[in-house]
Amino acid sequence: MNAGIISNLPALQVVIPLLGALVCALLRRGSAAWFLTMIICLIMPVISITLLLTVLDSGPISYSMGGWAPPFGIEYKVDVFNAFILVLVSSIGAVVLPYARLSVASEVKAEDRPWFYAMFLLCLTGLLGITITGDAFNAFVFLEISSLSTYVLIAMGRDRRALLAAYQYLILGSIGATFYIIGVGIIYTLTGTLNFADLAARIPEIEQTRSILAAAAFIIVGISLKFALFPLHVWLPNAYAYAPSTVSAFLASTATKVALYLLIRFLFSIFGIEVVTDKLALTDILIILSLAAMLGASTVAIFQHDVKRLFAYSSVAQIGYITLGIALANQAGLTGSLVHIFNHAVMKGALFLAIGAVVYRIGSAEIDDFSGLGKKMPITMGCLLIGGLGLIGVPGTAGFISKWYLAVGAIDAGYLWLVFLLVLSSLLALIYVGRIVEVVWFRDPGPNLDGVREAPLSLLLPTVLMAAATIYFGIETSQSVGIAAQAVETLLGLAK
Amino acid sequence: MKLDLILRVTTKLLLPFILMFALYVQFHGDFGPGGGFQAGAMAAAMVFLYSITYGLPSAQKAVPPAIAQAMIPIGVLIFAGVGVYAMFNGGQFLNYSVIAEDAPHAQALGILLVESGVLITVAGTFVSIFYAFAGRGR
Repeated sequence: MNAGIISNLPALQVVIPLLGALVCALLRRGSAAWFLTMIICLIMPVISITLLLTVLDSGPISYSMGGWAPPFGIEYKVDVFNAFILVLVSSIGAVVLPYARLSVASEVKAEDRPWFYAMFLLCLTGLLGITITGDAFNAFVFLEISSLSTYVLIAMGRDRRALLAAYQYLILGSIGATFYIIGVGIIYTLTGTLNFADLAARIPEIEQTRSILAAAAFIIVGISLKFALFPLHVWLPNAYAYAPSTVSAFLASTATKVALYLLIRFLFSIFGIEVVTDKLALTDILIILSLAAMLGASTVAIFQHDVKRLFAYSSVAQIGYITLGIALANQAGLTGSLVHIFNHAVMKGALFLAIGAVVYRIGSAEIDDFSGLGKKMPITMGCLLIGGLGLIGVPGTAGFISKWYLAVGAIDAGYLWLVFLLVLSSLLALIYVGRIVEVVWFRDPGPNLDGVREAPLSLLLPTVLMAAATIYFGIETSQSVGIAAQAVETLLGLAK
Repeated sequence: MKLDLILRVTTKLLLPFILMFALYVQFHGDFGPGGGFQAGAMAAAMVFLYSITYGLPSAQKAVPPAIAQAMIPIGVLIFAGVGVYAMFNGGQFLNYSVIAEDAPHAQALGILLVESGVLITVAGTFVSIFYAFAGRGR
């Protein structure tokens, strides 16, 4: 690779999937579109890992779009924190895509498949764009690119209810985006800038004004809708339940995580967490909502019949853990949040991929149809079990690591009782995972499972990879926790 | 469709002027109000008018839906293609200054190409949306 390509990597990270999406939209064959998407999804992690290594080695990278110097032009800014998220999103894309070929072929109509891949790549473009950009309005544009393509992807589900789910998400997602852009508009009129770094420098001058608090409130609520903070989560269970399996796995692992990234970016790098917590009582609100999500959504998950919906509610609960760490805003808590963004992506990826493999074989995600499936599809169900153990937070799985940091963060902040609620929420997870385990492993296969075999290799390998990663990142934490801790140091300003 | 001779003839007379005005807005976009989006909307309005007076089938014969749909990604490809070309010429993505000999000339060329991409995408999108709505219930 020559210096020209290296210096353009931040732009290529977003431009390559965008170009791929356009070409996919022109292709008429699903298999050709899949092949192109696969190549692009394999290039993406290479770029993001190169960026991460460069950032770890020699500090943040700044890229001026179109040669217009920041703060006047759009700046792409890569630091440890967003390079970490870039690696996560692009790797999940690369793992999910080999899986997509068969799964999409069985769930999406033939004439829609090129569009499916075009939308998938657009969604990837949007998510990577939100993460890499250093410009508040550019982030809005990418937020809309990813959201609009997500609505289409969800609507392509095999069930007609997918249309309603997509519509519901469209309405709420648009409200969220509107709130965000109102907030950005207020900040722009106050400061005259949209560049993240420039905003951070100018906000202290105006932090006494009431308008800046209104802007912060709009932005926080808008982004919260996008990552489904309880009680703004109502779009999420249906969206994940009725979307095609590949989409559920991809979205559950990436979309909410990128919105969480944006929230952390605004709270810590732009507004400064003291400003927001002092005047908006954000700590209390976020802790209460996080607990409501962790306990409420987990309880609802216990009573679900559809396994995809069950894990969608569990996602709402797990997002509660992440926002809890954000609310604690101390080193251990925020590290826990970032690590949980990563670990939850891996665990939920494994779970939704395993469920997708079941849907591919038996055409249903109803829990009753799963009975005795452990004997027919042992590897897939093993991955489901590992992902489930991760959600509970069993030591040796990735979930334990992040919950440990969250618990330490809660103790550091002086909230000992939070630790008990963390454990209580884990017990609720134990119930809903245990319910699946009972059905899958301790019942005899029903007549609907006659002739059902283990999932094909292209579905199995990504699932096993995610499950293996769940265990790997539960034992070897130097990459996930190490990088997250480094990101937290810059976010909290400890490194200076 | 027999009695509206005046309507039909007037429409045919108007069409080239609508397109002309769209192109004027497109090329004048560098110096004043206007640009690819407005021009694309006008070009699409030409198709709407034709479709309203002559019926959807004749409009779809003149501008096939497949072409309208293909125009959507092609326009963005032109836009992004200019950006990538700038990258190959040693600039940043969408840095027009490096795509021709001298920078001011290159900037003018760059914005013109990008806006033509916008024109194609916007026109294609509007026509596709119009076809989708007009074709419902048939």
